[in-house]
Amino acid sequence: MKLHEYQSKAIFSRYGVPIPKGRMTTMASEAKHFAEELGGKVVIKAQVLVGGRGKAGGIRLAKTPKEAEELATAILGMEIKGLPVRKILVDEAVNFEKEIYLGITNDRTARRPVMMASAAGGVDIEEVARISPEKIIKIHIDPLLGLREYQARDLAVSIDLPRPLWRSFAEVAYGLWKAYTDNDATLAEINPLVITSDKKLLALDGKMIVDDNALFRHPDLAEMRDLDAEDWAEVEARKFGLSYISLDGEIGCMVNGAGLAMATMDIIKLCGGEPANFLDIGGGAGAEKVAAALRIILSDPKVKAVLFNIFGGITRCDEVARGILTALAEVKPNIPMVVRLVGTNAEEGRRLLAEANMITAETLLEAAQKAVSVVKGEAK
Amino acid sequence: MSILVNKQTRLIVQGITGNEGLFHTTQMLAYGTNVVAGVTPGKGGEWVLDGKIPVFDTVRSAVEMTGANTSVIFVPARFAPDAILEAADAGVSLIVCITEGIPVQDMMRVRSYLDQKRVRLIGPNCPGLLTPGEAKVGIIPNNIAIPGNVGIVSRSGTLTYEVLYALKLAGKGASTCVGIGGDPINGTNFVDVLELFEADPHTDQVVMIGEIGGTDEEKAAEFISRHMTKPVVAFIAGQSAPPGKRMGHAGAIIEGGTGTARDKVLALEKSGVRVANHPEEIPALLN
Repeated sequence: MKLHEYQSKAIFSRYGVPIPKGRMTTMASEAKHFAEELGGKVVIKAQVLVGGRGKAGGIRLAKTPKEAEELATAILGMEIKGLPVRKILVDEAVNFEKEIYLGITNDRTARRPVMMASAAGGVDIEEVARISPEKIIKIHIDPLLGLREYQARDLAVSIDLPRPLWRSFAEVAYGLWKAYTDNDATLAEINPLVITSDKKLLALDGKMIVDDNALFRHPDLAEMRDLDAEDWAEVEARKFGLSYISLDGEIGCMVNGAGLAMATMDIIKLCGGEPANFLDIGGGAGAEKVAAALRIILSDPKVKAVLFNIFGGITRCDEVARGILTALAEVKPNIPMVVRLVGTNAEEGRRLLAEANMITAETLLEAAQKAVSVVKGEAK
Repeated sequence: MSILVNKQTRLIVQGITGNEGLFHTTQMLAYGTNVVAGVTPGKGGEWVLDGKIPVFDTVRSAVEMTGANTSVIFVPARFAPDAILEAADAGVSLIVCITEGIPVQDMMRVRSYLDQKRVRLIGPNCPGLLTPGEAKVGIIPNNIAIPGNVGIVSRSGTLTYEVLYALKLAGKGASTCVGIGGDPINGTNFVDVLELFEADPHTDQVVMIGEIGGTDEEKAAEFISRHMTKPVVAFIAGQSAPPGKRMGHAGAIIEGGTGTARDKVLALEKSGVRVANHPEEIPALLN
């Protein structure tokens, strides 16, 4: 789960990371009041869960409270990469001399957290990572020992940070590490961490992604989820314990198991079609879950056919078939359905679906070919 | 013959009194696995499955009383890290964790601890292991594989069943099938299992089923070109997956341009691995 900048910075601040004074709002008129409180000169920042906000015009400097209101109105009316801006952060404007990058993430290859720092912080950090990766200094952290002070000092030295700032850099690094571990983050990032004109470190931006699997022990973070900023279908799927990702194609897929779901998408593509979604109904999915899954798939107007690929193990094919029938009775779709059931109780499942006027297939390849050809209007 | 699980496996089931634990213990017994005990804290002294299997409060007491050498874990995600550590400290040599959804930072700490011990972890978030005709530890359906000379290692669950079933239809059997799990941090990776298959006299060829995310498949490719004499056939799921989206498995995310299916396929092909276009093509690529 991604957190907004204002949420991430508030968390970092609790761990001793200095952040600018600022307030979040959804109203342009409030932006004006905040600007007055903050001394007139402020930065208005769109709060959307995508990168590249600055380049899209979602971060603007206002010199007066009146300008703050105008810019707030403009930004609140924007869409950035398809996401409407519903919230803005009004931060005091800060003069700075230098931008640093500081972040922590999980390095799955090293199987431990990695802290990264660079003297080349700012909006182009991804370019830096691509073109001159040596400018990003990495230090792995033992998950049982935690970040040690010498490691933070190592980073400070490696990025040529002026000596008087080493101590406060170590404090920021340790605060970020604590924020990352205490909140089960998979990413905690400050970019930029600036050296202000009065030679202090300040986290101008913040980003945090929290491990969805750990939300059970962070009810406070779970409440921060911004449902407005997410796809309806993905939210709905999560409610039913389904894993769903919407894609651009025309063939809806319902599969049990993530690996098999990906393989099903792949084979659709191999046969010349395009999958409309990734959907894993999980192990042991009952009729209710299957019905929810079908409703979600059919809520996508691009879907012209649905392919069911169920390999019964724990999941029983007859149970899935009943779910499909329940959903069909409820939704009454008028698009073709291709179904392949293999494994536990497959025969019973096929018998149940025989009356539902569905196209059946024996193999995965045959199922994909049939789905692609019905979409292209070649099948009878 | 086999790797990791066989007739000598003496298995305990952690979380045996839960729905999943009980159901799959029944299945494992039906397959012929030697299940010697179960563990559920607070239910020690009870017997389950018509009095056949004793339940203990701790893994330590279960191991002491039964001489178990392997443990399979069915407990919910929030208790699973502790269950893994408990099994490791109780002295079993193989731990198989079926549980899905363990927080990744927990797994980093668990893995770091296990690295200091002489114990192997398979999973988490995996279907477990199957040596056809000998033993099953986990949740792989009982009737989809026959004994044979093909070693199988996979990050997936149902996709593995699909491949086992396709092999069976083609009259080919498995020596052992190992599901290493779909999480970003796991106990055993492709290279570890390939090494075991290379050394196993009853495995003549290997099927490796990978997916997007991470660089384990690339490392496997390097290992294969340097150390494997046995032929390897592979399939990589997620060719059509968009970058930056998590495809169900927590580990299946393409981060910063690494972990694409294309990179993995290229690396494997360069190492002489035949890569199938789709799962049902695999049997035809085997000897």
